[in-house]
Amino acid sequence: MKLSGKDLLGLKELSAEEIRYILYQAEIMKQILVQDAKKTPHLQGRTVVTLFYENSTRTRLSFELASKYMSANAANITASGSSVAKGESLIDTARTLDVMGTDVIVIRHQMSGAPHLIAQHVKAAVVNAGDGMNEHPTQALLDMLTMKEKKGRIEGLKVAIVGDVAHSRVARSNIYGLNKLGAEVVLGGPATLMPRDIETLGVTAYEDVDKAIKGADVVMCLRLQKERQQSGLLPSMREYSKFFGVDTKRLRLAKEDALIMHPGPVNRGIELCTDAINLDRAVIDEQVTNGVAVRMAVLNILAKRGN
Amino acid sequence: MMSILIKGGRVMDPASGLDAVCDVLVEDGKIKAIGENLTAEGTVIDAAGKIVAPGLIDMHCHLREPGQEYKEDIESGTKAAAMGGFTSVACMPNTSPALDNAALIEFVKNKAEKVGSANVFPIGAVTKGRKGEQLAEIGDMKMAGAVAISDDGSPVGNPEIMRRALEYSDMFDMLVVSHCEEMSLANGYMNEGAVATRLGLKGIPNAAEEVQVARDAILAKETGKRIHICHISTAGSVEIIRQAKANGVRITAETCPHYFTLTEDACEGFNTNAKMNPPLRTQKDVDAIIQGLADGTVDAVATDHAPHHIDEKEVEFGVAANGIVGLETALPLGVTYLVKKDKLSLSELLAKMTCNPADILKIAKGRLEENADADIVIFDIDTPFTVDVNNFASKSTNSPYDGWELYGKVEYTIVGGRIVVKEGKLQ
Repeated sequence: MKLSGKDLLGLKELSAEEIRYILYQAEIMKQILVQDAKKTPHLQGRTVVTLFYENSTRTRLSFELASKYMSANAANITASGSSVAKGESLIDTARTLDVMGTDVIVIRHQMSGAPHLIAQHVKAAVVNAGDGMNEHPTQALLDMLTMKEKKGRIEGLKVAIVGDVAHSRVARSNIYGLNKLGAEVVLGGPATLMPRDIETLGVTAYEDVDKAIKGADVVMCLRLQKERQQSGLLPSMREYSKFFGVDTKRLRLAKEDALIMHPGPVNRGIELCTDAINLDRAVIDEQVTNGVAVRMAVLNILAKRGN
Repeated sequence: MMSILIKGGRVMDPASGLDAVCDVLVEDGKIKAIGENLTAEGTVIDAAGKIVAPGLIDMHCHLREPGQEYKEDIESGTKAAAMGGFTSVACMPNTSPALDNAALIEFVKNKAEKVGSANVFPIGAVTKGRKGEQLAEIGDMKMAGAVAISDDGSPVGNPEIMRRALEYSDMFDMLVVSHCEEMSLANGYMNEGAVATRLGLKGIPNAAEEVQVARDAILAKETGKRIHICHISTAGSVEIIRQAKANGVRITAETCPHYFTLTEDACEGFNTNAKMNPPLRTQKDVDAIIQGLADGTVDAVATDHAPHHIDEKEVEFGVAANGIVGLETALPLGVTYLVKKDKLSLSELLAKMTCNPADILKIAKGRLEENADADIVIFDIDTPFTVDVNNFASKSTNSPYDGWELYGKVEYTIVGGRIVVKEGKLQ
């Protein structure tokens, strides 16, 4: 099986079957990660370039290690360290990478739709590593892989996504992916951080976080950016934490064995308290590990297209 | 000048209500006669089966000169106008530098006389540099030939400046044309709603427009002066203007073809040719705009022709320039989506594109009657054609209508007795 498009732009664009296929491949790749010698020849001779216009530690490193574990040539470009700083257009930058022989361009960009734009102009496969508030498909895939490992299934799970949904590409990708695989997605967060007409995506949204968490199999907290307070969406971090933060007391409303997830990095004590992070069913580290497996699977599938 | 005899067309003059199959005789740049079985020596145009109407008037377009000639200039912009059946256009002052003084107004007038394919009526800025701070030399611009004032592209954000602009400009019988946008609410890239949420794009609520439409209606009432509201896009704006008119406020309004033909759905796939300001709204708004056109709340259809270079559109949606070209599709969109769908009669549509904008701007145009300037359009409402942006006379191709099949193809455009477009081609 192959993906229908040459790129991975979002889970909005994938079918349930394609998502299951990537997750299945990621499970296979995970076997490589648990070995002492993490090296396979899967992508020998292939070139993967990460093009990051936003700061990132874990996503970029995760893609870089995934490339290297599979013997690909890996290079990294950041916006400040390239001709981007000289005012080159995004399309021109992407074309430059393309004609140098890049097989996969992994892009993170602050503008929604940036990966879609370059995908139309390059032969290389484009992987969206986060675009604006739109999507972060590999994050949602690693979240789903983690849920599948821990719960044995995705279908029928009730997943509560709590926090700043409006600005979250992680939330959007999870909504698309989880809906397609038959999970129930419930959102919780303040009205000022809940996007308009979100119900049209097939979710239930609550301003009362308790209602969202109630009976959940998975509680996924979103990172709250500090600038939301400055832009007038919230009075204070303190008040946010009090009414919308997830702590052990609030977690009692969820199922007893509910997973606690977070895409990281965590603002401890704001969207998620340390006591909750320390619970056995908090799987934040597993998410990070699975991120490498998912990215290996995605790179392997896309780099070999057309061969 | 030679005479032109237009034979056997359906001659429509919305101002007088004329709608009859007859002939139109043009001599010396004026309409000499309208009647049956006219004869004359000179050029004869067979208009059988075609509509013969007053040349269209666009009260809101961007010709980009001076300063942004890579997008459009007066020559190419007026060619696009003529190709779209427009014989007169009012161009907005958000050029570089802004048209905020008499010298620049004169420059546009002079350039248009030299290279223009249509009459050009410049609109001057309300404030110096369009900064919204100090009034521009409105009286002086009037003397130089400006027909109205507007900071279009930006709002006059300060209500006190707007109030004073209304009072001051009225002394010179200069209309204030208001681009309504409360900037603090307009921090987004497209309409706020389901599509923006799905695409992860920041949204602009209807309130961003409506807050200032309401403000301007209140200021027009307070001062008793005239105001014209630009490019309305929302159901709420229609309702505010309807109420204001009912209360006797001297307010008029225009909308654009994109606000009665497209919704936010056109932005799917991050289509930057659907990015504009105000943004494309929802079907509910489209329906309300059409209702407003039908009941007379919305007086005029303008193009907001906003040419942009492909390098400004083939970029990330968030940084893409706002606006679309419109001169060459406006009439066909009106014919196809308003007249053919029985929302407006052809005469009603033509009124909103001829005599109404002429009356709002107080220019002696927009009529097909004896002794009027021979500004005439002849078009076909029966044969469909396909829009091809590569055939546009405009320098720019940023249109969401490429490939659309429409009715209302312009066959002839006559400006002051000169045939500028003949059989659909520029002369």
